[in-house]
Amino acid sequence: MGRNANAKSAESHLTTPTRLTGAEIVWATLVGEGVTTVFGYPGGAILPVYDALRKFPIHHVLVRHEQGAAHMADGYSRASGKVGVAMATSGPGATNLVTGIATAMLDSIPMVCITGNVSSKVLGTDAFQEVDITGITLPVTKHNFLVNKTEDIAHAIRYAFQIAVSGRPGPVLVDITKDAQQGTAIFDFEAAKPRAYRPHPMLHVDESGLKHAAELIKNAKRPVILAGHGISESGAMEQVRTLAERAQIPVALTLLGLGSFPASHALNMGMMGMHGESWVNTAIQEADLLIACGMRFDDRVTGTPSTYALKAKKIHIEVDPAEVNKNVKVDVGLIGDLREVLEELLPRIAGRDGSAWLKTIESSKGAVSVHDIKNLPDSGHLYAAHVMHDLWRITGGDAIVATDVGQHQMWEAQYFHHETPRSLVTSGGLGTMGFALPAAIGAKMACPDKEVWVIAGDGGFQMTAAELSTIVQEKLKINIAIINNGYLGMVRQWQEFFYESNYESTPLVSPDFVKLADAHGIAGRAVTTRAEVAEAVNEARKAPGAFLLNFMVEKEDSVYPMIPAGNALHEMIRRPGKNPLVESADDE
Amino acid sequence: MLHTFVAYVEDLPGVLTRVASLFRRLNINISSLTVGRSEREGLSRLTLVCEASEVAGHRIRASLFKLENIVDVDDIAKAPNVTRELALIKVAATPRNRAQIFDLVEVFRARIVDLTSESLMIEMTGVESKIEGLIEVLREDDGRILEICRSGKMTMRRGHHTSSVLKAMGKAPDESSLQEDVTEDAAEANADVEPA
Ligand SMILES: Cc1ncc(C[n+]2csc(CCOP(=O)(O)OP(=O)(O)O)c2C)c(N)n1
Repeated sequence: MGRNANAKSAESHLTTPTRLTGAEIVWATLVGEGVTTVFGYPGGAILPVYDALRKFPIHHVLVRHEQGAAHMADGYSRASGKVGVAMATSGPGATNLVTGIATAMLDSIPMVCITGNVSSKVLGTDAFQEVDITGITLPVTKHNFLVNKTEDIAHAIRYAFQIAVSGRPGPVLVDITKDAQQGTAIFDFEAAKPRAYRPHPMLHVDESGLKHAAELIKNAKRPVILAGHGISESGAMEQVRTLAERAQIPVALTLLGLGSFPASHALNMGMMGMHGESWVNTAIQEADLLIACGMRFDDRVTGTPSTYALKAKKIHIEVDPAEVNKNVKVDVGLIGDLREVLEELLPRIAGRDGSAWLKTIESSKGAVSVHDIKNLPDSGHLYAAHVMHDLWRITGGDAIVATDVGQHQMWEAQYFHHETPRSLVTSGGLGTMGFALPAAIGAKMACPDKEVWVIAGDGGFQMTAAELSTIVQEKLKINIAIINNGYLGMVRQWQEFFYESNYESTPLVSPDFVKLADAHGIAGRAVTTRAEVAEAVNEARKAPGAFLLNFMVEKEDSVYPMIPAGNALHEMIRRPGKNPLVESADDE
Repeated sequence: MLHTFVAYVEDLPGVLTRVASLFRRLNINISSLTVGRSEREGLSRLTLVCEASEVAGHRIRASLFKLENIVDVDDIAKAPNVTRELALIKVAATPRNRAQIFDLVEVFRARIVDLTSESLMIEMTGVESKIEGLIEVLREDDGRILEICRSGKMTMRRGHHTSSVLKAMGKAPDESSLQEDVTEDAAEANADVEPA
């Protein structure tokens, strides 16, 4: 009964000031902010809010662990561009959110978390299930609020939404005491609107900066665009593309930039950084101009900063002034929303002939693809790269892929070619294992018509595998690919390269993932050969419900190329000319 | 180099923690921090002094501004400014040696604000070096200083300049920005005008 009737009364709350309880104000405000889905887990200190839920047209997804709620809200936001909302009770509920909040913070994901807290009378007394969650999350939120008056709830939540999406986006937490939830106040949605966002004195695109940038672009012989997450966050895909095409500038992408410039575009060189292809990193090292768009020169993309792109002048277009000149000294910092800055810059950019530089880059690719595992004959062994390649081929790249963290994440980035923004959901800045499954749930809730895949390692999957139940409870069609190598693979690789193959605490015993899925009522199968991959992927896609594929891949395969920590960007460990794993297979 | 950040912050719980937390995270020691009411209702004015590189200083300023409760931030160490510190110094003094301290206090243009048979309290306002000077002289006589309380630095730009927030609100005349008025001469103009 009643969702429609509820919708009507919720609507009227928004137009006519009404006396409501604090708990009702929470939902009414969320409705007003356009929220339709909330991920959460109840408990004593947030019970008044849960009790009031039935009166409002919001779908609540019951998670299995609050970390899952935060990652779901995050995945929801990454896939849709909307603000994700997570909810938890006080104490342990609130602290369980922290990893998910930090994940969103490092990747600048707009998210609002609402937690209950003990009554204001006992705040600070170590009351049952009390923690200072605003104190705990201070360094991992863009901002947070402790609300202990009913009449302040609506404003705090509306303000939280505004902060979450403005400037450089990020997570905001609103902690509400139980007595504030229980009290009543006049709810006036309009009046609770936060004050106009304060102007940032450092946010101005100055004329001389634009002029200088245009001049540098005009005179560059070997320019490279560095494309980051800020492109999709500011919706600057068109502008970046226009810049690249007009001035014939090749584009290198960060992990979170993947998809914001089409993979199939002739000017797309691919991913840069620690596991980027050699020609991309070499081009950056050889460049005479870098145009950084919405990226922050993270150490995973620069290698050792003192050796980074020494021949290049640098233009940095960034919304966050604190990022400019932080890791890399730049010649021109254009501070502002990427799309707006590019729109001002583009009229100053004339057509340019970049063919010589593009040819040089093309020739530096050399024989790399010959060593690429996907191009080698079937040795009878299954490699993760085969799985990624087939997943990409069969889906036509038209799926949202949520990855976990580890080797499989890098293989996904290398072999699944993303054409559109928001199609790769991955934890870049924090590198949070356990992210994929809950984030995929959030993404599927945000985009129910999209095909959604989880790609996770056998290690990370076990961190949040309990959320399989959430998939079933929500009847979601999500396909899961576990890249099972029996190791904490990425750590094993580091041990192999830098710790004399001392595989301390990385071999991993796992449950039979197909049976685990079965126990949840999810179908699945194991895949052990390259020949089976395509068929298995098709079976999963055709299955009516969620489906789990357990890919038993080569155990000691490594991600190439790789820049060891402390090396310059061009000093990479290349793909072995002869893959030892394939060689030994041939011998058998 | 030494940075002097002046920030207008909202009078709300936890704001100072947010500011301090930023420096803790960067592992930078705050050498002086003073906060008090400002000319605007609901806003406090904070003066924070720390040692950091030039580049770090820019980033700290930008990061401070990112804090939601900070309304305005300026780094004014290089601008012509007036800096003051308040010190209360309690000194052991008997009627016999009081006169000598009175003379000292006179020379330093400080004031005696409390007097008992065994001690007296000196109030001094001035630049850091002057306060250090008085303390040094008082220390020459071993054990005479009983307690020192210092406020930390308070700094204000010289001239008609005012915070950009007030400017934006149309409440103050426009002035050229910080960077442009830092010249050698301007830095020298720091030579302090003594308080009346
Ligand atoms: C929560 C968390 N703990 C530890 C790590 C360190 N770490 C990074 S990759 C990795 C191994 C991941 O192994 P697995 O999930 O099996 O994926 P694979 O690398 O084999 O693809 C570990 C332990 C992390 N990123 N996150």
